[in-house]
Amino acid sequence: MKLKDTILGVAALSAMMAASTASAEKITIGLSAEPTSLDPHFHNLGPNNAMSVHIFDRLIQQDEKQRLTPKLALSWKPVDDLTWEFKLRQGIKFHDGTDFNADDVVCTFKRAPDVPNSPASFGTYIKGKTVVKIDDYTVHFKTATPYPLMGNDVSTIPIISDSVGCGGTTAEFNAGKAAIGTGPFKFVSYRPGESIVMTRNEEYWDKKPIWSEVEFRPIKSGPSRVAALLAGDVDMISGVPTTDIETLSKNSDLQLSQGVSNRVIYLHMDQFREDSPHIRAIGGGKIKNPLLDIRVRKAISMAISRDAIVDRVMEGVAIKAGQLLPDGFFGISSKLKPVEYDPKGAKALLTEAGYGDGFEMTIHGPNDRYINDAKIAEAIGQMLNRVGIKASVETMPRSVYFSRASKGGEGGSPEFSFFLVGWGAGSGESSSPLKSLVHTYDKSKGFGAANRGRHSDAAIDATIEEALRTVDDAKRQELLAKATEMAIEGLAVIPTHFQVNTWAAKKGIRYIARTDEYTLATGVVKD
Amino acid sequence: MTVFVIRRLMQAAVVVFVMSIIVFFGVNVIGDPVYMLVSPDADQADIQAAIERLGLDRPIYEQYFRFLDGARQGDLGKSFIFGEPALQLILHHMPATLELAFTALFLAVFLGIPLGLYAGLFPDRAASKAVMAGSILGFSLPTFWVGLMLIMLFAVLLGWLPSTGRGDTVNVLGFETSLLTLDGLSHVMLPALNLALLKISLAIRLTRAGVREAMGQDYVKFARAKGISTRRIIGVHVMKNIMIPVVTVMGLEFGSLVAFSVVTESIFAWPGMGKLLIDAILQLDRPIVVAYLMIIVLFFVVINLIVDIIYSILDPRVRLQDKTS
Repeated sequence: MKLKDTILGVAALSAMMAASTASAEKITIGLSAEPTSLDPHFHNLGPNNAMSVHIFDRLIQQDEKQRLTPKLALSWKPVDDLTWEFKLRQGIKFHDGTDFNADDVVCTFKRAPDVPNSPASFGTYIKGKTVVKIDDYTVHFKTATPYPLMGNDVSTIPIISDSVGCGGTTAEFNAGKAAIGTGPFKFVSYRPGESIVMTRNEEYWDKKPIWSEVEFRPIKSGPSRVAALLAGDVDMISGVPTTDIETLSKNSDLQLSQGVSNRVIYLHMDQFREDSPHIRAIGGGKIKNPLLDIRVRKAISMAISRDAIVDRVMEGVAIKAGQLLPDGFFGISSKLKPVEYDPKGAKALLTEAGYGDGFEMTIHGPNDRYINDAKIAEAIGQMLNRVGIKASVETMPRSVYFSRASKGGEGGSPEFSFFLVGWGAGSGESSSPLKSLVHTYDKSKGFGAANRGRHSDAAIDATIEEALRTVDDAKRQELLAKATEMAIEGLAVIPTHFQVNTWAAKKGIRYIARTDEYTLATGVVKD
Repeated sequence: MTVFVIRRLMQAAVVVFVMSIIVFFGVNVIGDPVYMLVSPDADQADIQAAIERLGLDRPIYEQYFRFLDGARQGDLGKSFIFGEPALQLILHHMPATLELAFTALFLAVFLGIPLGLYAGLFPDRAASKAVMAGSILGFSLPTFWVGLMLIMLFAVLLGWLPSTGRGDTVNVLGFETSLLTLDGLSHVMLPALNLALLKISLAIRLTRAGVREAMGQDYVKFARAKGISTRRIIGVHVMKNIMIPVVTVMGLEFGSLVAFSVVTESIFAWPGMGKLLIDAILQLDRPIVVAYLMIIVLFFVVINLIVDIIYSILDPRVRLQDKTS
């Protein structure tokens, strides 16, 4: 009897195991950057936002090209100048079985800007908006002035549940208790520094993921991440180091996916000081800041070979930039092309501006923030030397770099004269770089917060501000394109290239590259 | 001995206090954490709000006094990035680092000392020469390179061991440990070996030198003349004499295994304190850096104390008392 039980038990167990291996499709993903929390409102940071997409749906989703598509909201439209109406999808359930309705939306937008100890709050996207419940499946977002970017802002906020999420603490989210969303995956376990495990939401209302279980493993060191993929410990990795791309692309067991990102790498130039701290006459004497002269800025742009940066420094994995966002994004100009490399023309222009003999300048850049950032700065330094500008290059860790770049100078002004930075347009359209990088630094209006060169042009400011009041998409597109053209022609900044991101997966699976640099399990498809 | 221990602990308190000043003011010189934290989209008002929330708008001495006040109650500040108490975060990552360090120490002692003994007793054999040559390599190869090579060899080419990460854990007395599961052990092997390589070499060289010296001494000759077996001479008399330097060095090295396994933990994506520290440094998470260094100071003091106590057991001539000068 006993023996029979055992045999039956073993048989049942092996049948179960066979069944589970047949239907279980687990995927393990090695991540280059780790989220700091599973509380979706704790830290407004790329890796956190990417992770929260799995568990928490948004009202509006940004697709792989950051175009807005309906998710929990069926539709959104302005009903008057100051009000946007969102119609919510019905019949959606949270992971704990409760229904999704307008109360969840209202409480989400109340909690999101106000999480205790949050290092970077979502308040940036929520301030100035009042959320009002009209009925169970209709909410109104009200603003004090006409606001066209409502959809973009709302698409950044993960919706949590009124019953367990809104009163939840960050610790409760990390423990899984409050991590209840409507998303394609459910929380299983979170071990900081080790792994995040999720299982498929079998009742998911939208397209169900093909993976029954997904495990994310943070492996920050690039070579180790590649080795983990080669060893078969992970099925896919994000952030393939550019130096490994060539070798990996020849490996027949692997498959690479590449896609341009929303991140432009550009140069900021001191345009607000007569006496710029890192610019000297040849030999070290004082000199009036040459970068105030648009001809000098233009000459510098012409002296930079974007082809060389893309082909040599980035090993082909980047796209030349002529404006602030790559093709396909809302609000770009169709007229602007990357500036052609023309050292002779640059030299002539410098001579015309009275700097035929050149000047001395220090180029600053980070060395651990963007792909190959220090190498790019060095390449640009050499190119400038070729047209007579005696440029030296100084790079440093981002922890030191960004505080000096923002306020290291006299009286809390930006310190550097000529420096390399990058900008990722989180909203997926061009008002994001325009208002932060190009608009005049204006504390009271909250514009130009990252305008570290302090370029200032009243006409551009007016165009940007008008665009930000224009709800009509076609008109706004036109205004943003115009502002972009004015900024590029006025040499507010010099864009060099757009970053291209690379994912690598074992044969048979492939990642649909995203412009927002997110790594999502839902984007991993089988061939 | 009690007096000795108490006095030692009081000295430790002073060291920790002085350290707190140096570390706190030291990390506050570098960069501005606000720019590492806020979203790039943040406008000027958001940035200002973040500065005030972190208390960075206050003068530095005021920040320090606030820190001291918290420290008195066991609160070493909240991590800027995780929003959790720094002490709790570090303690949470400690078991992973400790199991790595203990495994490495185990390898160093149980591989290094026997190999060193062998090389010391039979210095002319080819095997001894090979051991000594190997120990030179162990000293001179950089850890990050060896780590990557170990991964390439054992994980990628041979496929015997997992490349990175920590394996399954079980809960023992409230601590998560991976040393008691097969999967956990397979994960700990490579990083522990990488971490231990230098320590093994050190143990080999120290033991060999000790044995070579001891074997020529009078007490060994006398014991031989008395007809004591070689095994007893080496196992009891020689070993006891050569262990003192080995214990001292291994004790201190254990401290550095725990405190500064940063490189190994980064390469093997090991979720220990070292990785926490290096991430905190890169992102200017000041409370974690300060709390970490305070804990490490305390740790070294305790290790030194334990080394002194083991001394007195190995060598009864050593008395645990402060030399009054």
